[in-house]
Amino acid sequence: MTQATSEAAAAASEPVPPAGEHEPPRRASAWNTILVTLLAFVTAMAIGAVLIAISDQATRSAASYFFSWPWDTFTNAGHAIANAYTALFEGAIFNPTTAANGTLAGYLGPISETLTNATPLILGGLSVGLAFRAGLFNIGGQGQIIMGAVFAGYVGFHWHMPAGLHVLAGIAAGMLGGALWGGLSGWLKAHTGAHEVITTIMLNYIAYSLLAYLLSVKGFQAPPYGQAISNPVEPNAMLFPLFGSSMRVNAGLFIALIAAAAVWWLLKYSTLGFRLRAVGANQFAARTAGMSVERSYTTVMVLAGLLCGLAGVTQILGVNTQITNDIDAGIGFDAITVALLGRANPVGIVFAGLLFGALHAGGSQMQTYTPIDLVQVIQSLIVLFIAAPAVIRAIFRMKASGAGVGAELAKGWNG
Amino acid sequence: MTSAGTAVREDDVVVQHEVVDSNRQVRQRLGRGAAFVLLGAITIVFVALKIPGGADSRLTFGKAFSAQLDLVVPGRTVALALGVLVILLGAWQLVRGFGRRTLPWAAFVAFVAFMVAFLCWVSVRGTAAVDILGLLQNSIALAVPLVLGALAGVLCERSGVINVAIEGQMLSGAWAGALIGSLVGSYFGLVAAAVAGALMGVLLAVFSIKYLVNQVVLGVVLNVLALGLTGFFYDAFMQPNAATLNQPAVLGEIDIPGLSQIPVIGPLLFQANIVVYLAYVLIIVIDVALFRTRWGLRTRAVGEHPKAADTVGIRVLRVRYRNVLLGGAVAGLGGAYFTLGSVGAFSKNITSGNGFIALAALIFGRWSPLGAVGASLLFGFASALQIMLSINVPLIPSNFLAMLPYLATIFAVAGLVGKVRAPAADGEPYVK
Repeated sequence: MTQATSEAAAAASEPVPPAGEHEPPRRASAWNTILVTLLAFVTAMAIGAVLIAISDQATRSAASYFFSWPWDTFTNAGHAIANAYTALFEGAIFNPTTAANGTLAGYLGPISETLTNATPLILGGLSVGLAFRAGLFNIGGQGQIIMGAVFAGYVGFHWHMPAGLHVLAGIAAGMLGGALWGGLSGWLKAHTGAHEVITTIMLNYIAYSLLAYLLSVKGFQAPPYGQAISNPVEPNAMLFPLFGSSMRVNAGLFIALIAAAAVWWLLKYSTLGFRLRAVGANQFAARTAGMSVERSYTTVMVLAGLLCGLAGVTQILGVNTQITNDIDAGIGFDAITVALLGRANPVGIVFAGLLFGALHAGGSQMQTYTPIDLVQVIQSLIVLFIAAPAVIRAIFRMKASGAGVGAELAKGWNG
Repeated sequence: MTSAGTAVREDDVVVQHEVVDSNRQVRQRLGRGAAFVLLGAITIVFVALKIPGGADSRLTFGKAFSAQLDLVVPGRTVALALGVLVILLGAWQLVRGFGRRTLPWAAFVAFVAFMVAFLCWVSVRGTAAVDILGLLQNSIALAVPLVLGALAGVLCERSGVINVAIEGQMLSGAWAGALIGSLVGSYFGLVAAAVAGALMGVLLAVFSIKYLVNQVVLGVVLNVLALGLTGFFYDAFMQPNAATLNQPAVLGEIDIPGLSQIPVIGPLLFQANIVVYLAYVLIIVIDVALFRTRWGLRTRAVGEHPKAADTVGIRVLRVRYRNVLLGGAVAGLGGAYFTLGSVGAFSKNITSGNGFIALAALIFGRWSPLGAVGASLLFGFASALQIMLSINVPLIPSNFLAMLPYLATIFAVAGLVGKVRAPAADGEPYVK
């Protein structure tokens, strides 16, 4: 109890913005932020290493005679950990074995995978982050991505257009699909007060069922109608690959970066962005200042949906050519952690997306040694630690500094 | 202008609203009335008139003392009468308006009337008689984990800690229940599930109360952590050794002597496994405790105005720790329902979003235990109806039916509940 209070007092002496008030994240502590993020990453990897050791059969057998010959346990564990993390690195950054072939794909393949995985994560992260800044919590990424992919995919395989136009039409359709789905939650919140957490979750399931239905309808489903998979998108509508056709990374990455720049500009320089931030900071003050809180809700959810729709676009026009049940690939939920790691700030989100993209890309390589769910554990631990910098500071005996992630983000249910 | 004592911030809002209120109330009344009338019209035009004139509707209610309980009614007449009833309710709402207390009942009656008319149609057009008892049994079975999850939310959030991590707590409960249930026995598995849920609760409590982490953020992260950890250990241990580590005995059905013999109600409520009975007990205990005991008063005080609670000597942080741990344990039990109560094995992400639906039920039920139970039951009913329809009425695509529970929730939240007010200090860390 006393320890808890002293901790609380220590935390209180830091510039933690009390809930209900709003302070912009402090610039002065940028270096500290990076350091905490780095240490959070290291700590999460260390805990992951323990898990790898536990899951390793050889280590466990060696542990049974730990007290007579402990050395075996440590060497086995060391091997397991080294194997797994080497695979993670090789899958995400650079793989000497494939690079020895001398082909471009051998050198850049892992990086390509990282960027490919990062693309929808960045877009989804921007969506969640933007909603956070306006005080809304968008858990509806899954549904919005599905709708974006459905719209984009439909245009992609059903319309026939010349090369350049077809991609643009597909992108526009995907944006529309996501925006409609996201906007619906915003509109419902604005006009009926229905909480966006409920409506976005429900719309996720509805979009999932809608997709399942579409995948059983002729014209959408690919012949011979046995599998739940859509017609393939025409090559004209595909986003062009950046490093040649042997690697998956594609123009979707540019879409993500442009979107990040656009969101950054929107939040920093535009009137709309100011209004959204004002509503997010204090809706009562914003209302008093004459801003329409309701309209802001609808607008921000349209924009958030649009960004997730783009993530759906990069999924269907970028890496997959056919829509399946799991076209969203869990990005809607991963996007929340990306947005948090990036502190709801577009630049941060790009880096967070790259980091998690690398973890995902490396995770599939790591699977030979340890279950892939480790990636999820590491991902959540990183966010957990950067959300509570006090923990990291206690471990590494650092000096106190700025508040944790999320302190300036979404508050309670009451806005 | 408003009662003295409300916070300044809220004062401002009320002042703003006061100008439009009367107008808005009339609009709201008329809108709701129109919705009733519309539902009645739908009942008559799209349900009652679609039933062939002479056809009988057969609704079965299971058995009573070995005799089959069947209700055979002239479908069209009954459905027409029910449609007229709904329209009359709508007319009353348009002309006079139901009061704050009677409106939910009116909505409930209208809903039941519509459902009965609809089921009459189903029994005529569908492939089999409508098994009302089975439908309700399924509703309850599907609602139980939601009820437990939502109660966990009530415990946490009434004391001012937002619990978005219900899903993670349920998942870890399901996992631990299956593991310990296989190793030692199902009842020990239940205890392990509660402990695992409580451990997730410890994480939620320590990080939110001690380290002041944003609670919505924290909940989301804990969900991912639970998903990752359970998936990791499932792949690493349970799946390779499924026979020893992932085969808990499913909890047996316990018939309450006497009560289980009552027709309809007996098989519906009193022939279930222990988790269901625990859920009944928890519903009553939490509702009574929250509104009638010292613990409840303190919990609510801490959730509404921690500073005031602190001033009168309530240990705010201790109350919050205790409630979050209790909540985690309850959610863990809800998770065990999946592994020990029905499936008899753990699989990755076995709770499949039920924790989030429980969260929705909590908000929908306005943070009250009984409200949360009602919302869970509504959701369970919609899911059960969907399952029944996909078997009985094959002409509706099953994927559309699958949307039914979620659509129902959106309609209910948007149309009936509207803006809700959480406990005032919900999500705000308390620093002395």
